[in-house]
This record gives sequence, C-alpha cells and structure tokens, in this order.
Amino acid sequence: MIAALGLLVGIGLGLLLQPAVPLWLQPYLPIAVVAALDAVFGGLRALLDGIFDDKVFVVSFLSNVVIAALVVFLGDQLGVGSQLTTGIVVVLGIRIFANAAAIRRHLLGA
Amino acid sequence: MVDQLSARERLRSSLRPRATRRQLLTGILCALLGFALVVQVQSRDDASVLETARQSDLIQILDAQTQLADRLEDELADLQDAQGEFLSNDDQQRTAIEQALERRNLLGILAGTLPARGPGVSVVVDDPDGEVTATTMLGAVQELRNAGAEAMQVNDVRVVASTYFADGSGGLVVDGVGISTPYQIDAIGDAETLETAMGIPGGVIDAFAADGVGAGISQRDEVVVDAVRPVETPEFAQPAADS
Repeated sequence: MIAALGLLVGIGLGLLLQPAVPLWLQPYLPIAVVAALDAVFGGLRALLDGIFDDKVFVVSFLSNVVIAALVVFLGDQLGVGSQLTTGIVVVLGIRIFANAAAIRRHLLGA
Repeated sequence: MVDQLSARERLRSSLRPRATRRQLLTGILCALLGFALVVQVQSRDDASVLETARQSDLIQILDAQTQLADRLEDELADLQDAQGEFLSNDDQQRTAIEQALERRNLLGILAGTLPARGPGVSVVVDDPDGEVTATTMLGAVQELRNAGAEAMQVNDVRVVASTYFADGSGGLVVDGVGISTPYQIDAIGDAETLETAMGIPGGVIDAFAADGVGAGISQRDEVVVDAVRPVETPEFAQPAADS
C-alpha cells in the first residue's frame, strides 16, 4: 500500500517540479529507471509468491540501479556505451517479461 | 486454484498499510522510481527529434539537408547570375539612353530644334535704309558656317540647312519671316576664328560695306541662340537600313 502510494507521490512530484535532468545523469537515468522497474516487478512477483522481503527488495532495487548505471558508465569509458545500454535494456526487459508472466499466472491463473 | 486464491489474498493483505520502517523504505524507493520515470519521460519529450534519432536516420537527415543546401546554393548562383545579367543590361540600357540623349542634343542643336548657348560672335548690321541684300546676308551666314559656327540665328530666326534669304518689300525675309533692322546675327563657335573669318579683306564686313552699311562684330563669352524650329518629320525620306 505504502509502495503504491509512494509511486503515485513520486509521479506527482515529478510532474509538479518538472526538474531538468543534469547532463552527467542523462545517459544513466533511463537505464536506472529500467533497472528499478525490474526490481519492482521482481518484488511484486515475490509478494505474490509469498516470499516478499522488504530487505531483499531494497537491496535488489539499489543494487540493480547502481550496477546498471555502473555498467553503462563502464561502457561509456570503453566506447561501447550505447551497445551496452541496449544489452542491459534487453536483459532487464526479458526479466520484466518473465516476472510479469509469473504475476499473471498468479493473478489470472493463466 | 488454491495458489491463485492465496496469491490474491496476499496481494490484498499487502495493500493494508503497515507503517513499518521497511515498508516506508520500500515506499520511498517506489516514489524515487516514479519520480525518475516521470523526469526521464519528460526529458525525452523536451528533447528534439534529432537527439533521439538513430544514427542511420541522422545520416539520412544530414544527407537530405546537404542535398537541400546544394540545391539552394545552385539556385542562389543562378539567381545571382540573373541579377548580374539584369544589372549589366541595366547598365547597357543606361549607357544607350545617355548616348541617345547626347545624340538628341547634338542633332537638336544641328537641326535647330533645341536652344543652344556657348562662346561665339554677334554681328550687328545697322541698316536703317534696307540696303543689305539677301545675297550679302547669305554670304555672311555661309562664311560663318564655313568658319565653324555650330548654331546661328538671324534676329529671331534660327538658321538651319534649309534656311533661305529673300529680299522683301520692307527688308529681308528669312524663311518667310520678315526681319527688321538692325539685323543681328548670333553665331556659336570659336569666337576668334569667326571674327577673323568675318574680317578678312573682301569678306563679309567688306561686302556689307559694299552694300553701303556698316557692320560691327563682337566676340562674346556666351552667345545665346534661343530661336528654335519645330521638329519636322520627313515626308519622303526614310532612314536607310542601319549599318
């Protein structure tokens, strides 16, 4: 409940403040958002599996974001930033779909 | 089925707010996610098409722009050529007009259709008794013309190629117009030469003297020949083919 509320509050704040993304953050923000989305879907799945743990969620959320940003940063340094970004998006996308499928099975039984 | 039910129950139970520290932390993280999501989406909205375009698209766009620029440059060059042409045409036209005006002035002076002014001489023939003959007057005009007079008038009659002199009952008749004494011939030309031509022995002055009248000649810095003739369109003569 608080998590859903928090999501709404965050969206509201973003719409309200409309901050400009600082330049140094621009390459990492989209990938961080995707990573966080993956963590949230994972958390939702765990909740439905009955194995949700706040601590695991927090850690996986933060580590997902940090690692994703780190990999992209590393890719930028190596000159393969855009390719690595694509790779991470693909991997996280697959995971999000897998989690979504699990959630769907739980809620709809199909 | 049991699984599905229990899953729904778990979802429902999780929606009950529990203000534990960890729940709060989860909420904050979700808020962060929502915030970042919105910010990112909006920054993409702000970004121009070019920023989000793929490399191949960018290359195509660049290519199109380059071609467009090339075309426009070609067009610019064409238009500049055209402008140059127009300008030079304009120049040529202006030169032609200037030449035509000059020619008109020249011909106007020669044909007597324009008033003229310039250095020259004035010959005054004091003839109270009307003793000067047309022949003498014609001789004077011929002599002046030979000496290089460019424009002449006798009293108020412009002397041109077709001018004639005749003896009338009350004096001389020039081109059908009777003129009264004293006769004054104004001639534009080189004053020195004109005066010399008038004064040579057996010349015009002597001829006037032979007619029994005195003639005075004076050089002037500015002689005004302001009598003009109407422009006459030739009735029979046509311009021959232009060379």
